[in-house]
This record gives sequence, structure tokens and C-alpha cells, in this order.
Amino acid sequence: MRFLETVMGIPMSIDVRDARDPRAVTQAAERAFAVLRDADERFSAYRPDSELSRVNARGGELAGVSDDFREVVELGSAMARASGGAFRIRRPDGGWDLDGVVKGWAADRAARTLADEGLCDYCLNAGGDVAVAGSPGDDRPWHVAVRSPDSATDLLAVLEERRGGVATSGAYERGAHIVDGRTGAPATQLRSATVVADDLTTADLLATAVFALGPHGVRWALGHGARAVLAVAADGTLLGVGELAFAREDTEG
Amino acid sequence: MNSKSWRGTILFAVILVTMGATVGLKLYGVGEQASSAQTSVHVSTSASGSTTSTSPSATSTPSASASATATPSATASAPAASAATATKTVTGSAVDTRYGPVQVKVTFSGTTITAVDTVQYPSESGRDVEINSQALPILQQETLSKQSAQIDTVSGATYTSEGYIQSLQSAIDQR
Repeated sequence: MRFLETVMGIPMSIDVRDARDPRAVTQAAERAFAVLRDADERFSAYRPDSELSRVNARGGELAGVSDDFREVVELGSAMARASGGAFRIRRPDGGWDLDGVVKGWAADRAARTLADEGLCDYCLNAGGDVAVAGSPGDDRPWHVAVRSPDSATDLLAVLEERRGGVATSGAYERGAHIVDGRTGAPATQLRSATVVADDLTTADLLATAVFALGPHGVRWALGHGARAVLAVAADGTLLGVGELAFAREDTEG
Repeated sequence: MNSKSWRGTILFAVILVTMGATVGLKLYGVGEQASSAQTSVHVSTSASGSTTSTSPSATSTPSASASATATPSATASAPAASAATATKTVTGSAVDTRYGPVQVKVTFSGTTITAVDTVQYPSESGRDVEINSQALPILQQETLSKQSAQIDTVSGATYTSEGYIQSLQSAIDQR
């Protein structure tokens, strides 16, 4: 069963292949979407009543914030330290910019909700951040295509995944919005960076960090939780490290 | 990362051969309208490539060239009727790069790519060989996966993107 809903202004889909009562599957998907909507309400920079907006309105002071808020800030801070400041969540005015954390974290939590509901074979795609578990059928792995940074209709590759997260950062959708925190300038050394990790939170954090770090971040990510990285440098060079499992014709199911 | 930038060149060469070979297959009777003249990729060298075919009874010999200024000048010798299912190998021209010659060979089953092999690649220095051993399998498989694998979903950086919605829709439609 497939479900599609727009959250955070982004199309998000849940694809469940478990042979289960459709009502139970629908209820699980609805709970997963509720997790995403809750994250949007808490962390939206566009809602003046969101917790993020209220915290930023008082200069970023963390006293009294929710556990979720603190968790997201801690995840982002850890990645900022690990990347030597290339990944950053603190704006120059002291406010929090948590975009590089929230989407992957919320999608990961939504995917865990599906697992908690007893589902085993699912794929959740939150605006290009993908979490998969199990198989789409015939015991084959999920085939997760990676979009080309140069065209929305072209694919860079198709990866096989059975469990974990696949996230891609690029400058092609929202312009040069990822800043190298070390310089304050937009990161331009990569066209896109795709990271495969055991969980989507890690994959999404690392994809943004690799994009900010540039080509040398590709190998760096392997030491910080990435299973594999596939990136396209500014000159079109393809960079790949780790266990990149490319889907083959004979695995079609 | 200049020392690795030839990888992009190889990818480029693979794409060139793929384009040339695809156009070639269309020309030689796969049943689609030939439109080879629209292919115009500019490369610095354009030595002719060669094509071999394992289809039975290769009697007719079309003389058209698949490429305009594209490198792989596919000169196929397969009869039109069997081109759709025949296994066919197209070897691209050797392209001189600053790192050395690059040449790739693409195998088709009908119009589906089933293999990409590197005939020549830069090997002047130990570093080049080391890079090759890592990069070439990636590039080959990447070309394969583009052509053949069924897609369940698409990863890509997106925010309120029309392109993403289309991509997602296409992924849904392909199921």
C-alpha cells in the first residue's frame, strides 16, 4: 500500500509491502505521518508559533526547550564538531538553523514508527530522504535510485538497500543554500552528495556535512557512520567510496 | 582533486559510446524512426570505432554512420530484422585525454545495455592504476544500473520541487 502526503511543503511517501490487514497498515502510515507533522509544527521556521521560532526570537536560548528540540540541537552540534565546523546549525545572529537535521531526523523517527507498528517491509521517502526496511517483494532489496544533480529526470545510479537510510544533498533544488560553516560561503565543490548509513538521521546529517566539506568529505564520512558515499564533484567527476551496492538487471523482481 | 578528474572523462566517454551505440541501434532497424543527425556531441578526437555483432547471418552492411561529430562511429553489420534481440558489441573510439587514451566497449541485448568494458584506460603512473581499480567498476555498474534496474524510489535533495514530484510520480508509475 502506498501513501502520499505533503508535510513541511514536501511530498512524502510511505510504501508498505507487508501482507497485513489494510486497516492496520493505514493506521501505521497515519501514525508515521503524524510524527512528521509534529516535527513540522515544532521546527518550522515559517510558523511564528513553532518552538524553533520562539527559541530564535529570544536569541537561541535553550533553557526550557522540549526534549525533541534538545535532541535535534545535540545531533546537529555533534555533527558540527565532527566536521570541523563545516556543518553548522547556528546562525551568525545566534539563532538555530536546524534544516540540516530536522527532515532526516523526523523521517527516521517516522520510519521507526512503522517498525514499532510491526511492519517489516517498507520504504519511506521524505522529500528525497529515504528509509527502507526489508524487501519490496520476492526477497529482493529495495532499489533506491539517486537523482542526477544535473536533471530531475535523470538518475545517477540505482542502489540496493535492505535496511537503513539514503540521503542526498545538493544545490540544485534550493540554490546554494548549504553553507560551509568554516568560511560562511555557500559550498560549491560538489554538485551532490549521497550517503548511505544504517539509519536515516545519520545519512541525512552526513550528506549535508559531506556537501559542505567538499570532495575530501567523501572519505571522511566513512569514519563517521556512512556505509557508502556517492558524490558528483563540481567538474562532474564521480566520487564513490564504501559499500555501494548497485542494482543489476538480474535482480529485478 | 585534479588527479581524479579523468574519471569524469571516462564517464563522458561511456556516455558518448552509449549515445552513439543507441543511435546506431535505432538506425539499424529496431523499428524506431532514425534521427541520428540530432546527436551532435563535440569531442576533440574522432577516430572511427568498430562494431562486432554476434547475430546470425550478418549479410547486409548498412553504411550509414551513427555519429555526427560524436565519437563512436558505429558501423554495424547486423541485419535489421535481428537487431532488436541480437547481442551486439559496440566499441567506442579511443579518446585522447590528458591522462592517456580512454576507450570503452558497450554490449547490448536488443537496446538494453548488458555490459560496459574498458578497452583502454590511463595507466601511465601507479597512481592512475590505483584510481582505475577503484573507479572503473563504479562507472561501469553505474551505467548498467541506469539502463536496467527497476526503481522503487528516488533519493535526491528536494524542497517543494516540481521536479521531485514528477520524479516521484514516475517512480510510482513504473511500479
